[in-house]
Amino acid sequence: MTLKEIKELLQAEVICGDHHLGTEIILAGGSDLMSDVLAFGKPGLLLLTGLTNLQSVRTADIIEAKAIIYVRGKKPDDQTIKLAAEKNIPLLSTPLMMYEACGLLYQAGIPGVSPANNSNKAND
Amino acid sequence: MTRDDEFRQTFKIKGRDFSHAGGVSTEIKEILQEIGIPTQLIRRVAIASYEAEMNVVMYAQQGKLILSINPETIQIEVEDKGQGIKDIELAMQEGYSTATEEMREMGFGAGMGLPNIKKNSHVFLITSTPGVGTYLKMIFYLDHEKAS
Repeated sequence: MTLKEIKELLQAEVICGDHHLGTEIILAGGSDLMSDVLAFGKPGLLLLTGLTNLQSVRTADIIEAKAIIYVRGKKPDDQTIKLAAEKNIPLLSTPLMMYEACGLLYQAGIPGVSPANNSNKAND
Repeated sequence: MTRDDEFRQTFKIKGRDFSHAGGVSTEIKEILQEIGIPTQLIRRVAIASYEAEMNVVMYAQQGKLILSINPETIQIEVEDKGQGIKDIELAMQEGYSTATEEMREMGFGAGMGLPNIKKNSHVFLITSTPGVGTYLKMIFYLDHEKAS
């Protein structure tokens, strides 16, 4: 599923990184705790979070996440957007809450990163 | 103890400076990418270094990070002047945290930092003196056989 299709599914708006919308997303995870993201995140992850500060982008960069979707209509400040543009990390914002946003993506066939999740084909 | 074939760089970390927090680890990641370290290992180093850097920013007044790379290992030492850790064994437990509400709002302080560092490094050493500061040393083996 491409980031563009995800954008439509989640009624999201693009904050930055329009030119990355063709990126294929193969796994996703949602958390507001950056230490959890660092512990369980995998390269290529689509990160859903309610945390809009600089650390959301830093964390995404460190784990090599493909994109960030901020939930509940949240938007980061200019400094965070600037860093994301520098690091080539597209940022989107969805009006949906975390649960609904993750649920829709999971229903659309995008697996998570839980070690107990057998349907996680992204590990192959 | 510096070897002829060793690259060494020291980075300063400022306590409470949340707008630059993580910048040193990003820089380290870029250095490792430039010299062609395998991606998997870069991730491990970057995650451990980022957690250690966040700890300095959150809990200390100031600190420094020393990156040393030689043909066998990548070593990161982080030394800070700050409140230190009273009970290291307790601090190493997942979920244990002394973080303030402000730190939690930053997305950290869930008691995962030190366990994350230990999990990602091949050798991990920590010493601390309450009221003085904390010293961390992490070693990552470039040779994968030695790492396992």
